[in-house]
Amino acid sequence: MSKFNSSLTDKEQVKAVKNTAKPVRGTVIISGGIIFLLCAFAVSISLGAADINLSTIWNALFNFDGSVTQHQIIWELRFPRIIGAAIVGAAFSVAGALMQGMTRNPLADSGLLGLNAGAVMMLAISFSFFPGLPYVYVVLLSFFGAALGAGIVYGIGSMSRNGLTPLRLVLAGAAVTALLTALSEGIALYFNVGQDMAFWYAGGVSSTRWSHLAIITPIVIIMLFIAMRISKSITILSLGEEVAVSLGERTVRTKLISAGVIVVLAGLAVSVVGAVSFVGLIVPHLTRKLVGYDYRWIIPVSAVVGAILVVVADLFARTLNAPFEIPIGALISLIGVPFFLYLARKGGKAI
Amino acid sequence: MLNALEINNIAVGYHNRSVINDLSVTIPKNKITTIIGPNGCGKSTLIKTVSRILKAEKGTILLDGKAINTLDTREIAKQMAILPQTAESPGGLTVFELVSYGRFPYRKALGSLSKEDYNYINWAIEVTGLADFSDREISDMSGGQRQRVWIAMSLAQGTETLVLDEPTTYLDLAHQLDILLLLKKLNIEEHRTIIMVLHDLNHASRFSDYMIAMKDGNLITKGSPEEVMTHNNLRTLFNIEADIQECPYSGHPIFTSYHLSSQDKNYE
Repeated sequence: MSKFNSSLTDKEQVKAVKNTAKPVRGTVIISGGIIFLLCAFAVSISLGAADINLSTIWNALFNFDGSVTQHQIIWELRFPRIIGAAIVGAAFSVAGALMQGMTRNPLADSGLLGLNAGAVMMLAISFSFFPGLPYVYVVLLSFFGAALGAGIVYGIGSMSRNGLTPLRLVLAGAAVTALLTALSEGIALYFNVGQDMAFWYAGGVSSTRWSHLAIITPIVIIMLFIAMRISKSITILSLGEEVAVSLGERTVRTKLISAGVIVVLAGLAVSVVGAVSFVGLIVPHLTRKLVGYDYRWIIPVSAVVGAILVVVADLFARTLNAPFEIPIGALISLIGVPFFLYLARKGGKAI
Repeated sequence: MLNALEINNIAVGYHNRSVINDLSVTIPKNKITTIIGPNGCGKSTLIKTVSRILKAEKGTILLDGKAINTLDTREIAKQMAILPQTAESPGGLTVFELVSYGRFPYRKALGSLSKEDYNYINWAIEVTGLADFSDREISDMSGGQRQRVWIAMSLAQGTETLVLDEPTTYLDLAHQLDILLLLKKLNIEEHRTIIMVLHDLNHASRFSDYMIAMKDGNLITKGSPEEVMTHNNLRTLFNIEADIQECPYSGHPIFTSYHLSSQDKNYE
């Protein structure tokens, strides 16, 4: 095959240059997104029940003075809250992107396929049976719950004779979510922890503390790193199982790693914010419009876009009807439901 | 004659339904081999077993003399490219992107494409006649062009052997011929071993060096088109009475028309 080894012709060089366009675009979008996210942070910290101006924020960050109430509000309440929102957004979005790529199901989302409801049920169990359990264990139970929810949904889905179509899986997800939610409400009522649980059904990041972030941040960073490592393999899987096998992909290994990352990200996000659906559905679709179908770009861009979405949604949740808070899950569903209907109308063929 | 693939006494099935009980056949190197047979004869099952989508319950498949279940899947992917029947690309991929995935078996950890990768990709796009479309989205292309893109992806894999499961299905007459001529060209100019399943017997005969005929999971006959495309074989395989002639282009046997063996009267 000597002719392949001949030097590149001019024409080939032009093509090679053309194909650098995508990395450039992806890098610009990621950088722009991070700048936008930082701006959203600043606005989000300054607005709220007590407005704080930007110079005070700057001082709180770099010349912290414990005797200033505003500095304390920033450090103890608003800062952990926005970081939590950003982490949750990134976690749900990357979990959604992995689910959509791995299963070629454009309707995949941790909320729609039972993972969130499973995690909430485990939270209800932990509050009822082990009140005062350290947060680390709560998070672990939440992972387990997400895995349980996903397991039941796929189990029911695969019993169907005609295979797992995206819509059928979503129906199984809705049924399992209803069941698991009813169970967790029942447990919460019986053990009188309904007050604690109400927050996790509706969703919100208001109670995020540094102690929580210290646990979840490293886990999310590790999971995003693993997601990046398998991103190329996810792209190949998104071409279909048979093509992936033909290309020498170790499909079982990739799917197991991916499923592990999805369960951890979704469970962890739920343990912070509650059962918020649709973030993992909307963001990857939006991301594909921006950077195309290569998961090496979809995953990092989804993380950034997802962080922006939840930080902005949290800002609206706090300010639209201040001093009362609107549940963040309800706000995101306002965009999520029409978007879902639009995708479902296309018969789940958008991937 | 060297063999690209040696299939020894394999049995394959889905769940508890067995499709192939005991099949042995060899496929020659640097030739075009076509597998024919009626619906449900096990030809797609055979292809899926060769491409390691299905696992043989017993028997061995040797690729270049080595059992495929002992080889690393990525090493197999460097020797044999497989184009499944149901290949469907995600909506927004461009031709260049999809073809570039053919280089997946050669990838380094997170690395981008090497110069060698670019050479293979550009060659695959060139030889399939897609040079003017390389930045086009596949979803905007016709069925025939899409099939060319998938073939280009398989070619970019740089393998000696190319396996295709019904590459011409759903294409119109001109596009079918177009794909088959492309495969012939690859065989003659690049000496690629081509193994495919075809529904159209005349195409199978016209473009093949070697044919394998299957029915009910068994090998019925194999050999040159002259040996396989006979009136009697077609009756055994498909229950048809075919009028065999010589193809004016290839000199191989083809049939002009046929009727069913079971039919007493033809209302024609």
